[in-house]
Amino acid sequence: MAVKKMGLKQKYAHLTRGLDWETSYQKMDDVFPYDQFEGIKITDWSKWEDPFRLTMDSYWKFQAEKERKLYAVIDAFAQNNGQLNVSDARYINVLKLFLTGVSPLEYQAHRGFAFTGRHMRGVGPRIAAQMQSLDELRHFQTQAHTISHYNKFFDGIAEFQHMHDRVWYLSVPKSFFDDARASGPFEFMIAIGFAFEYVLTNLLFVPFMSGAAYNGDMSTVTFGFSAQSDESRHMTLGIEVIKFLLEQHPDNLPIVQKWVDKWFWRGFKVLGLVAMMMDYMLPKKVMSWKEAWEIYFTEAGGSLFTDLERYGLKVPKYADVATEMAEHISHQNWAVFYQYTHAAAFHTWTPDKEHLDWLSEKYPNTFDKYYRPRWEMWAKMDEEGKRFYNMALPQLCQTCQIPMAYTEPGDPTQISFRCTEWNGEMYHFCSDGCKDIFDDEPEKYAQSWLPVHQIFQGNCGGPTVPDVLNWYRLNAGADNMDYVGSPDEQIWNSWKGKAPAEAAE
Amino acid sequence: MPIVALDKDYAKKVEYRDNVNNFHGNQLTYVHWEEHNMFCSAIAFPLPPAMPFGAFVSEVIATHYAAHPDAANIDWSKVEWMIDGKKVTPDFDKSLAENGMKHKSLVRFWTPGLNGYKGTYS
Repeated sequence: MAVKKMGLKQKYAHLTRGLDWETSYQKMDDVFPYDQFEGIKITDWSKWEDPFRLTMDSYWKFQAEKERKLYAVIDAFAQNNGQLNVSDARYINVLKLFLTGVSPLEYQAHRGFAFTGRHMRGVGPRIAAQMQSLDELRHFQTQAHTISHYNKFFDGIAEFQHMHDRVWYLSVPKSFFDDARASGPFEFMIAIGFAFEYVLTNLLFVPFMSGAAYNGDMSTVTFGFSAQSDESRHMTLGIEVIKFLLEQHPDNLPIVQKWVDKWFWRGFKVLGLVAMMMDYMLPKKVMSWKEAWEIYFTEAGGSLFTDLERYGLKVPKYADVATEMAEHISHQNWAVFYQYTHAAAFHTWTPDKEHLDWLSEKYPNTFDKYYRPRWEMWAKMDEEGKRFYNMALPQLCQTCQIPMAYTEPGDPTQISFRCTEWNGEMYHFCSDGCKDIFDDEPEKYAQSWLPVHQIFQGNCGGPTVPDVLNWYRLNAGADNMDYVGSPDEQIWNSWKGKAPAEAAE
Repeated sequence: MPIVALDKDYAKKVEYRDNVNNFHGNQLTYVHWEEHNMFCSAIAFPLPPAMPFGAFVSEVIATHYAAHPDAANIDWSKVEWMIDGKKVTPDFDKSLAENGMKHKSLVRFWTPGLNGYKGTYS
């Protein structure tokens, strides 16, 4: 007798059938200890809709096919010396930032979704979280493999995972994810699944992948295409989570709103690194950060939140502040790295005249008034042999851990200082958004591992800059400082015939 | 708001990471030169509470801001000070502690007539 092939829907029904059985030897609450303390009320887990209904069998086949293609492209890229075809070696610094700052987050997401998949008692979200967990592990691996080709030629790449755990500015993305993973499973789903993967993801992936395409990095572009179908599944999970929670019980709304407010702000601050990458680090620009913000947040986010209004959910608190900051954040961030270039694991540079003109055109309201003079001043100092390095350590925000370099809403001439006194100690913040997050859970953020304070406490290899860089495994003189004069520049110029090639030994 | 946590005793187990006792006798001090945003943010120092305010100015503040073209023109007798949100006139002979500075105090100062490169607050 011929066995009829099952359709996908049938396969999925079989896949999940009985997975949500009621335990009898152990109490259900003991088996699933994490899914109630956050106060989220679920009345019917079966209402969870999984539009993909992906079985492990089809997942495996589909992903294997994609990765065969990706690795074929990576091999071809290596054999054809693809690194010669990027727009300029400055571009490689974008990959260094991505590999040290973002790829380890994929791994954190893998672990976070694995945990969430284990601890939700509904079968639909468990399957979806498990699939996403596998995706994130694959993304971490494929990113590391894609970028490893550049490690043969350029500095600042080899110790990315070690650096992620130690380098001062990498505590920003690291603590963002630590915060999410130290939350309950529902908050994690809103933080990463909704706020990051749905609301803000286009501001992370589109800039990096189009940046790669514009700058001739075909291997990273191929990785981007390979990840795209996974990303659309992640976005669907993100929107499904929020609708499910809001439909299950009206008491969930204020909790979910609080998380949306918090994680929008946390995510926005982390994306400041992307803003700087778009406006300052891409030799061939895709669009300005401000333009990207208008397209992917103001317009796309606007229609999303209009759609979610029927559940009572509002646009995240301080979205208007973030939109105003889109005028400033990239300039303020690149200025941080410019003056702390001696402690950065990638190269910096002063924008040249053509680049300054582009920024003036893209930021007509603010650039000429506040930021262009700063770059011209630094260029002048550099010409006079007084290149500016900030030799003191910066004050950091207790919540986002970024140097407190941001200005007051409505006044770009003044640094924004916020402070809370709690349990007899002062805590400092860069913004109302970061202060609100602390004030809501001071017990959590009083534990922030702030790199500057840790250096002063003697926990980072020693008191001097070389001690700390050594502890970071940052190869001083090669990984850090300006691009001009770096070994990266030297090898690039030797390939391009811009300077005499080194004599063969 | 108290934290929402699985462990009812969470608050008792908090490790206060930046307790003053962790700084080997020093207290954290932040300082910022207003209207000079060439320095991207306030800067941080671990300092002994007994340090005279005058030494703080000459050894710490003046040294670290010396790179700015305006620095040479600062008249320290005309500087306007703010410590933890309050406008004050610090006594240069007294210590940081005697001037009301605690662990993690923020000192902001303005230099009238000097407001950055070509008056652009940089």
